[in-house]
Amino acid sequence: MGTFHQNRSELHGITVVVDTAGPEVFVGRCDDMDEERVILLDADSHREGEAGRSKADYVRRAARFGVWKKHPRLVLPRSAVTSVRPLGDF
Amino acid sequence: MPYSPLLVKPMREELTGLGIEELLSAADVDRFMADKTGTAMLVVNSVCGCAAGMARPAVRLALEHEAVPDRVATVFAGQDLEATARARGYFADIPPSSPSVAFFKDGELVYFLPRHRIEGRSADQVAADLKQAFAEHCAVAAG
Repeated sequence: MGTFHQNRSELHGITVVVDTAGPEVFVGRCDDMDEERVILLDADSHREGEAGRSKADYVRRAARFGVWKKHPRLVLPRSAVTSVRPLGDF
Repeated sequence: MPYSPLLVKPMREELTGLGIEELLSAADVDRFMADKTGTAMLVVNSVCGCAAGMARPAVRLALEHEAVPDRVATVFAGQDLEATARARGYFADIPPSSPSVAFFKDGELVYFLPRHRIEGRSADQVAADLKQAFAEHCAVAAG
């Protein structure tokens, strides 16, 4: 369920976890997404092993409390993205 | 930049109409938080359509539970900036999000409902989470 904003993806306005095939995972508010890219607002990112935490550890903690905003806006190439799921699902 | 007070007024009244105290200044927040006895719930209200539109009715539904917090107050994120910043200072380890709900018992934060647990869910679902927190931490009123 998104917001009343039209012409945006279904996840517009929802805080999502964007996983990649590489070592990075991102959490932020989905602004829009299509075949080319995923745009996140107020996002945080984590690299596997950073601060001693795996990507899964990081997502578990994010699911409990949320994330600190590190990037006002992030544009991620869709080709690097393996999944986009609401943080609330974790 | 805060929204027009006229736009926000009904969003405030959706909570104040339930008897929830609105905290408009840092001093209001400090006074509310100074009472460390029993249970207290602080609702961080917001304009956000996707989440706050569910959070406010969820709070109303949750307060119909047989066990409810002793005291309930609200600050309005993006509107009452000083009050919201002070309120967030009482749960400073948690990333700011709005809407959200902080729940204290004897002055300690025991439960937090962040925005992402409200987004995309129905008011009933969110209320169920709040009621579970109430059941765990609040005493049933006598009589």
